[in-house]
Amino acid sequence: MGGPLTGLLPGLEIIRKDFPILERRLSGDLPLVYLDSANTSQKPQCVIDAMVDHLERHNANVARAMHQLGAESSAAFEDARDKVAGFLNAPSREEVIFTKNASEALNLVANTMAWAGPLEVKAGDRVVITEMEHHSNIVPWQLLTERKGAELRWFGLTDDGQLDLSNIDELITPRTKVVAVTWVSNMLGTINPIAEIARRAHEVGAVVVVDASQAAPQLPVDVQAVDADFLAFTGHKVTGPTGIGVLWGKGDLLRQLPPFLGGGEMIATVSMERSTYADLPHRFEAGTPPIIEAVGLGAAVDYLIEIGLENIHRHEQAITGYLLDGLATVGGVTVMGPTDPTQRGGAVSFEIAGVHPHDVAQTLDARGIAVRAGHHCAKPAHKRYGVQSSTRASSYLYTTPGEIDALVEGLNYTKNYFKVA
Amino acid sequence: MDLDSLYQEIILDHYRSPHHAGLREPFEAEVHHVNPTCGDEVTLRIHLEGEPGSETVGDVSYDAEGCSISQAAASVMADLVIGQPVSKAMETHQAFVELMHGRGKVEPDEQVLEDGIAFAGVAKFPARIKCALLSWMAFKDATAQVVSKEDS
Ligand SMILES: Cc1ncc(COP(=O)(O)O)c(C=O)c1O
Repeated sequence: MGGPLTGLLPGLEIIRKDFPILERRLSGDLPLVYLDSANTSQKPQCVIDAMVDHLERHNANVARAMHQLGAESSAAFEDARDKVAGFLNAPSREEVIFTKNASEALNLVANTMAWAGPLEVKAGDRVVITEMEHHSNIVPWQLLTERKGAELRWFGLTDDGQLDLSNIDELITPRTKVVAVTWVSNMLGTINPIAEIARRAHEVGAVVVVDASQAAPQLPVDVQAVDADFLAFTGHKVTGPTGIGVLWGKGDLLRQLPPFLGGGEMIATVSMERSTYADLPHRFEAGTPPIIEAVGLGAAVDYLIEIGLENIHRHEQAITGYLLDGLATVGGVTVMGPTDPTQRGGAVSFEIAGVHPHDVAQTLDARGIAVRAGHHCAKPAHKRYGVQSSTRASSYLYTTPGEIDALVEGLNYTKNYFKVA
Repeated sequence: MDLDSLYQEIILDHYRSPHHAGLREPFEAEVHHVNPTCGDEVTLRIHLEGEPGSETVGDVSYDAEGCSISQAAASVMADLVIGQPVSKAMETHQAFVELMHGRGKVEPDEQVLEDGIAFAGVAKFPARIKCALLSWMAFKDATAQVVSKEDS
């Protein structure tokens, strides 16, 4: 398939050695071909080690422990915040809030906007999302607009998997209070023009919420360059652990939001009658935070920065191009989303005529190839393209062309197995 | 992972040419069930005949969208329950559910489950059990709706 691939990460074989799970043999002594990284990424040894080291040597609660271990644990936790702030090019570390995952980060914004305050979404206001959102960036806004009697509208999609921005002036009006949009689609792979959308939204004074869950793993994310107001991502997709996500927000906006969860750590002082609240970021971090997970996330973003997000992006584009070429050789395959690898991320959803995605995934699994089948938490986007579910192969910085070859071979085998031409 | 233990020839046959597919009249109840994890869907209609209390399943018609396992399960189920007394159909339902939750350790009774025994292998693939049960759950739900309507 074509000439030698350019853009692959140099030292790919060495990078793969960073990920112990890639050595796994599966049932039948088959090597693992992991093509489900948009679902969750694998973890490098340095992330695992950082978490184990913290547990073995520094474990204590943060902020409230007045002893040496407490100081070490607090320092490690806050150090992770610094690393994430750097990763996002955030103007200030106070703007980085640790949550449980991206879903909680998005819910934090949507929930606190329901309450009285300068950013409250009121009856008759409008929230604009898109048809390619993950359910995590749809449902919180449905809940908000339903509760408040506000209106939910969305950008539709073009046949080739792009946002249809042709009616942007009709959708983004002075009534629009929030525009919430994914940077990279987890189903179509589309990379959206976030900066352009943010510019238009800001013209009418709307707040821009960016779901960077799929962008953060594979693109340089600069919150200042795209001029987002809030941005969410999830630790487990950026080679970090589960149980931690990030909400970044502009400091002046975060300060205008009322508290989200109440409890320890988020207060300045509490009396039985009322409380005053801590300043950012602790104001939004009630209770004991995910300390070990934050340490792991800090190590993860360090790892990505060391490899270089530009390099990772180039690698993903090279692999995705190779994957799209490979899929084109398998008759009966229809790819959803942009077919130009320079305009998309490393998640490719497709259909095979005559074989249901579950059966595709099952047959591939029997060969050690892990993909995702289903609606990928993007039911509306599937409906838009008239399909109920799809198979999704998603690569990452450790994916090799050889693994794509294995997938293509597996798909041909699948077609044979189910006797489709 | 032994694919052939999952995809028995009987299952693939039912998948390729499902029995009793399509939505028909008459019917007393229609239900729509989905598998929220993967999005598989079935719309199922039930028609009962005979005296309340001792009815038989006059017809089961369905429109199913999903994988081979869920499609074949709907086809086999329709074969098994159409023409049967409701009480017997419910016993068959129970036997199938037990087979699915048996982790591959339940020996299916061919007298009761007929082609349904081909699903024994599915029980060893936890992610697929819901696929096999989708239309059975819809059948149980629809039947219960008709019966409770008569009771009230
Ligand atoms: C685009 C997008 N948004 C949000 C999420 C939700 O992430 P989490 O489940 O970690 O909250 C995901 C991942 O599943 C995603 O791909």
